[in-house]
Amino acid sequence: MSKKVAIIGGGVAGIEAAKKLSEFGYEISLFEKDTELGGHVAKWDRLFPNQRRAQEVVDILQKDLEKIQVYKSANVQSINRENGSFSVNATGKSYPADAVVVATGFELFPAEKKEEYGYQIFDNVITSADLELMFKKFGKPQTVSGVNPSRVAIIHCVGSRDEKVNRPYCSKVCCVTAVKQAIEIKESLPNCEVFNFYMDLRLFGPGYEELYKKAQTMGVTFVRGRLSETSELEGGRILVKAEDTLSSKPLKMSVDMVVLMVGMSPNPENNELFNGVGLAENSDGFLQVNDYHTEPTKSQIEGIFIAGACSGPNNITDSINAARSAAMDAHKFLTRN
Amino acid sequence: MVNFGFSALEIASVDFDKTNRKLAEEIALLEPTFSTCISCGSCAGTCTASRFNGFSFRNMCHQIKLGNVTKAFVESEKCMLCGKCTLVCPRNVNTRNICRIVRKAANN
Repeated sequence: MSKKVAIIGGGVAGIEAAKKLSEFGYEISLFEKDTELGGHVAKWDRLFPNQRRAQEVVDILQKDLEKIQVYKSANVQSINRENGSFSVNATGKSYPADAVVVATGFELFPAEKKEEYGYQIFDNVITSADLELMFKKFGKPQTVSGVNPSRVAIIHCVGSRDEKVNRPYCSKVCCVTAVKQAIEIKESLPNCEVFNFYMDLRLFGPGYEELYKKAQTMGVTFVRGRLSETSELEGGRILVKAEDTLSSKPLKMSVDMVVLMVGMSPNPENNELFNGVGLAENSDGFLQVNDYHTEPTKSQIEGIFIAGACSGPNNITDSINAARSAAMDAHKFLTRN
Repeated sequence: MVNFGFSALEIASVDFDKTNRKLAEEIALLEPTFSTCISCGSCAGTCTASRFNGFSFRNMCHQIKLGNVTKAFVESEKCMLCGKCTLVCPRNVNTRNICRIVRKAANN
């Protein structure tokens, strides 16, 4: 009888880990709390750095899932460990497993916590995720009254590198997302002015710097300075205030729309889910891995492996690599003497 | 609104609702590398003239983007057009040509 592996989370990391372990011949149960697989990627319109459709990546990953037992709308409540094997409790039932891969991902930073930015107070302050939905629906941004904006401010580092909201870390992917979205606004509305407010630009991957240069050439203005506050003007326009730190002067401007680049926050469900089995969190609140450099997909507990953004902000490629690494680790564990 | 008898100095702040960015747009058309500056400052760091008159090519470009054209015109006169900054620019901005365009605009 083949051994069983439970995978918690059906985003890109979870799906990839499930497929790889299934190829090794294990019996896989994949638990997804949502009604569909694909996680955050399935909610995105296009991806950096090449602006391909996010759905394309989700479709590729979802191919050949026949051998995998997928449980959708399945909330995992707890994991128990007894005599070296596990039981996963989801929606009132208990599922036995010889190993567990945790791929519970992240949640987007709740932007309303930065109250001075006006999210959920002013209608035309939206998040990067809201803008992706807009691109999916209309192909271009539009204000709450249904008009196309003629000026947009994009705010970097919302819920990242900010000790005031207990998110001292960099979320890694928002800078390049901001540049990608700036380009997409320009492409869909060529006469729309776009201003990106940044502190440092942290674009680290292949093709990212080229994307930044492309945005500059298309006329996107990059202002070095963190947004201090927004206020609403007559007619729903937004006044943004910051410092232009390159000239050491306070700066203000009115815009039709503000887009907040929300960072990645630890999944709030992780705590109650994993405390029982003894998985710890790191100083940023994400799941602690056994060795950051040499064992980045092993947890501190034998038989539990960690893949994707549940251990910290990741892009899709890194999450998929982590999933494969976790699958290898699990395979090694399951074939031990 | 209540008048308290004092007001903010226009010159002390940047207001993107009032700035005139026409020159910036013109330069970007004539010399597209103008847009690709990343404000690293290597141009100003290598500048021989800056040791004598405080010229900063980076700051001149920044002033143009903020619409402070008069200030930029005065600055552009400090450049010796030696072209050292063109050699060090990591983004291949044609700095020397931009200086020439700004001077030309100043004289028109």
